[in-house]
Amino acid sequence: MLTKRIIPCLDIRDGRTVKGVNFENIRDAGDPVELGAFYAAQGADELVFLDITATIEKRKTLSELVNRISHHINIPFTVGGGISSVDDVSVLLQNGADKISVNTSAYKNPQLIKDLAKEFGSQCIVLAIDTKLEADGNWYVYLNGGRVKTDSKCIDWAKQAVDLGAGEILLTSMNHDGTKQGFALDITATLVEILPVPIIASGGGGTMDHFVDVFTTAKADAALAASIFHFKEIAIPDLKAYLNEKGIIVRI
Amino acid sequence: MKLVIIKYNAGNIQSVLYALERIGVEAIVTDDHSAIMAADKVIFPGVGEASTAMQYLQDRQLDKLIVSLTQPVLGICLGMQLMCAYSEENNTQCLGIFEERVQKFQPNSIVQANLKVPQIGWNTITHLQTPIFNQIKENSYCYFVHGYYAALGEHTIAQTDYVQPYSSALHKNNFYGLQFHPEKSAGIGEQILKNFIQL
Repeated sequence: MLTKRIIPCLDIRDGRTVKGVNFENIRDAGDPVELGAFYAAQGADELVFLDITATIEKRKTLSELVNRISHHINIPFTVGGGISSVDDVSVLLQNGADKISVNTSAYKNPQLIKDLAKEFGSQCIVLAIDTKLEADGNWYVYLNGGRVKTDSKCIDWAKQAVDLGAGEILLTSMNHDGTKQGFALDITATLVEILPVPIIASGGGGTMDHFVDVFTTAKADAALAASIFHFKEIAIPDLKAYLNEKGIIVRI
Repeated sequence: MKLVIIKYNAGNIQSVLYALERIGVEAIVTDDHSAIMAADKVIFPGVGEASTAMQYLQDRQLDKLIVSLTQPVLGICLGMQLMCAYSEENNTQCLGIFEERVQKFQPNSIVQANLKVPQIGWNTITHLQTPIFNQIKENSYCYFVHGYYAALGEHTIAQTDYVQPYSSALHKNNFYGLQFHPEKSAGIGEQILKNFIQL
């Protein structure tokens, strides 16, 4: 049986792992390569590295970081943050990344998804969506790390992106991110149901039962979390043992 | 020992190189015919689309070279699929080392609504045979990313179940194929790579 995946996410700024609450209040959480290797040894199924550095040197530093990661880590990893061209992706894959994630640049230029899928295959194109539930009851797409609201509904954009060739969706609920109150089960379940590609749920995982819920109720294919792992509130082996006890298929 | 990774237009060749480095084995990445022929062992990796990759191999006559190799050859993912006879992916005639056919996963939407294509993630390998699986336990987890699969056949040396049981590894004479990515399958994958190196 294909397992459900547990994915620690490492937000990188200037080469360090950082973590904010509701996309703000950033704290330091250590060296990303060390932390990544630690998670791999603990049984993480995959890693996501999101670069939130905003400097001109970014492209070079990111490819160097990816190169270091791929020399030390024996599980798949995805890299995201500021990727906006086929050339960007080519450099990252050559340095050992398995998948890349695109967000704002893909929204602004949907053709990018098509170009990337054609060049590298859908299996390595993860579309990240930051979404927020508004008072009108709809989930909207936000850009630029959650700072810019759009008029697009999450469901519409996700469908369009999959039609263009996105191979996976990394769905982050801004309402839930950093709150540790549980994942956004409804929008996750909706995407799982309507889309033919795997959905990675992100934002809000605070207890082991939240992971049970996102896998059983929302039927997410994977769950991503950051601070609860970085600050050792939940250890991956404990989480997997718990999920296994609850009858959820995980790699132990 | 000379280990060569065949260079062609399919992604993630670097990942295989780095995985070998992590287990302390040096390899060179090349498409040079004489270097490939002179190698003690050859790895044929790949992520990508079958017809484009086959065309690339044919343009450089790597197709004829690969089938003529007599040292141990390990195809990974698309590499394994290209070693089969035929792939449904864009109706591609492949190298024909293994007679098994490569088909697209067709989930039955009513029964298996939650199975997505491509299969992405960790799945078990069972019915393990041949020295390439030395010290690997039945039901070990390996990392898979693929939308097409090789059917079960006489050369199957490992099975995985997704939509239906299929060949997650093939073996015939000096040729081995793995559908999963040993270079990304944590300690299990490292052991399988070591086993190949020791063949």
